[in-house]
Amino acid sequence: MSRLSDSNVVLAHEIISRYPRKKSALIPLLHLSQQQNGYVTDEAMRHLAELLDITPAEVIGTATFYEMFKFEEVGKYVINVCGTLSCALLGAHDLLHHAEQKLGIKAGSTTSDGMFTLEHAECQAACTEAPTLQVNYRHKYRVTTADFDAMVDDLRAGKLDSEIPPHGTLGRNRQHIPADKFVGAPAPESVTEPPAWIPVTVGDDS
Amino acid sequence: MSSTAITREYTPGFYEGDRPKVVTSRFEYEDSHTLDRYLATGGYQGLKKAVEMTPDEMSAEVKASTLLGRGGAGFPAGVKWGFTPQGVWPRYLVVNGDESEPGTYKDRLLMERDPHQLIEGCLIASYAAGLSQVFLYVRGEMPLAHERIAQALDDAYEAGYIGKNIMGTDLSVDIILHWGAGAYVVGEETALIESLEGERGMPRLKPPYFPAAIGLYGQPTIVNNVETLANLPFIANEGSAEYLKIGTETSPGTRMVAISGHVKRPGVYEIVNGSTTFRDIIYGDEFCQGIRDDNELKAFVPGGGSAPWFLPDQLDVAFESKEAGAAGSMLGSGAVMVMDDTTDIPEAALTLVRFYAHESCGKCVPCREGGTWLLRILERICSGHGTDADLDLIYEVGQSICPGDMPHASSERLGLDAVPFPYKMTTICFVGPSAYASIHSPLVLFRDEFEAKVTAAPKRISIPVAIAGS
Repeated sequence: MSRLSDSNVVLAHEIISRYPRKKSALIPLLHLSQQQNGYVTDEAMRHLAELLDITPAEVIGTATFYEMFKFEEVGKYVINVCGTLSCALLGAHDLLHHAEQKLGIKAGSTTSDGMFTLEHAECQAACTEAPTLQVNYRHKYRVTTADFDAMVDDLRAGKLDSEIPPHGTLGRNRQHIPADKFVGAPAPESVTEPPAWIPVTVGDDS
Repeated sequence: MSSTAITREYTPGFYEGDRPKVVTSRFEYEDSHTLDRYLATGGYQGLKKAVEMTPDEMSAEVKASTLLGRGGAGFPAGVKWGFTPQGVWPRYLVVNGDESEPGTYKDRLLMERDPHQLIEGCLIASYAAGLSQVFLYVRGEMPLAHERIAQALDDAYEAGYIGKNIMGTDLSVDIILHWGAGAYVVGEETALIESLEGERGMPRLKPPYFPAAIGLYGQPTIVNNVETLANLPFIANEGSAEYLKIGTETSPGTRMVAISGHVKRPGVYEIVNGSTTFRDIIYGDEFCQGIRDDNELKAFVPGGGSAPWFLPDQLDVAFESKEAGAAGSMLGSGAVMVMDDTTDIPEAALTLVRFYAHESCGKCVPCREGGTWLLRILERICSGHGTDADLDLIYEVGQSICPGDMPHASSERLGLDAVPFPYKMTTICFVGPSAYASIHSPLVLFRDEFEAKVTAAPKRISIPVAIAGS
């Protein structure tokens, strides 16, 4: 079941068609497979290699570079606590320590019920709202220890299901380009003419 | 979407006041990200004006506005477009939305709060520079930006602002939303292109891989920051003369600045470029309103994690790149981090070094090994196991990453001489030198605090050769 499902294969082909070279679609497709399975499985990576006409080694080569791809099962909610300067100045260290106590795990591991994975993270671009954490990459701002406890309880009780999808779902909607409006992505070597709106005389200006 | 949306009560008033607004003019509306609101507030008018001009005229307009790139290097955008080789097609536009420099928080706001403004900017750039496809590379850890941009793109396609024959003209451009997956180094333009090609996001060597000449798929490629492009609708709509009226001669327009740390009202503010000083920003009523609990200011980082730190006596330096450069630092991506007198400086520096050590892509040895070394030495010092020899070791490791000094402005206080181009560094990109820069200035400025944490190094025992050999 860890290959892409039929509907996701259709989606994958749509994504691939947007790029002049197939391999460019690799990172979006890895996200897609992670959305389906919660993490990137070996079988999914082989399937992506087939779809993109590259080797499985190339897929794993790219995938392992990026932090958001997980290669083993993680919790339903991945909690990243930011620890870079702005957050550190406003108590990120204590927050992470508290999170470890509350969940009963060290940063970098998963609770035994498979609900939470806790991680120490670097800057999350919410520096003015420190200390910050992300749950499945959804920001929570100015988090106090009491906020954290309440959030964990709410997540366990399923109260935040409508706001925070399970790990792997990046956006709850995705771009859809209508076929009649799509200009197309020809391979670069097949294009020699300037785009239609560029006057033909261009070429010797500035 | 309430969990990640910026609501009114949070960052109170960051868009209030009667400062000129170029890129945040719609932030006061709750629905600023929708097409309806965008069209009701003059949206896509700039594009209409642009397509009435010739591409060359539009290009000249941007050049005349001397719009400086907002990604960190501050290179004029119009000049950058001119570097593409003549007669080579197709050309691409890659939008750098991989914002992750410590302290920087502006592109995410622009993408979440006003995605159509960015889209319009992309289209104007495409029209002016003959770019046939746009790739909007958005950092993976920003799902709200993804959702909003995806929606905005769908709406704009539907309304005929993107795609084939935009607004009935010859202009036909696709904008593709591309997802990142978490890597700071991808913010470097050549690494961004590698990542977009589906590779590991490692920087390419320049020369020969200057993106304007050999970029995405080996074709001429313009890489622009989100904020840079968000300025274009204003320039196209109001004209470069209007734009030049804001700010100073060397730094026209406005800038988004994120002020974080120990201030009373941290936030992202659009300030007038060039004339606003750090004192205005940190103590001004309109902005941060002073240090929390009325503590004393100890130090502040003027431009993102890799910028050398400033001390309180440099508060009157204007937020202008040349002035900040003359004072021995840089503005980078517009991120000010403020520390009050309760701050433990070595610990603060440690978080920055940890960031750069963690984000090294591993392509260049001095950065991969050097960054980790710096981190280990600093961790040793902060945990009380360091010796005074470690402090000098930091300089030694740093010099192996960037012999000469970082950044490239001179500073008497930091003991740095100006380093002219080409910079002396043993790495391809600036991640490695940044790791050193983030520890170099705190160590020079607050050496006593570091010394208080270390003990004297044990004397080296020299073993007589006769005994050692027996």
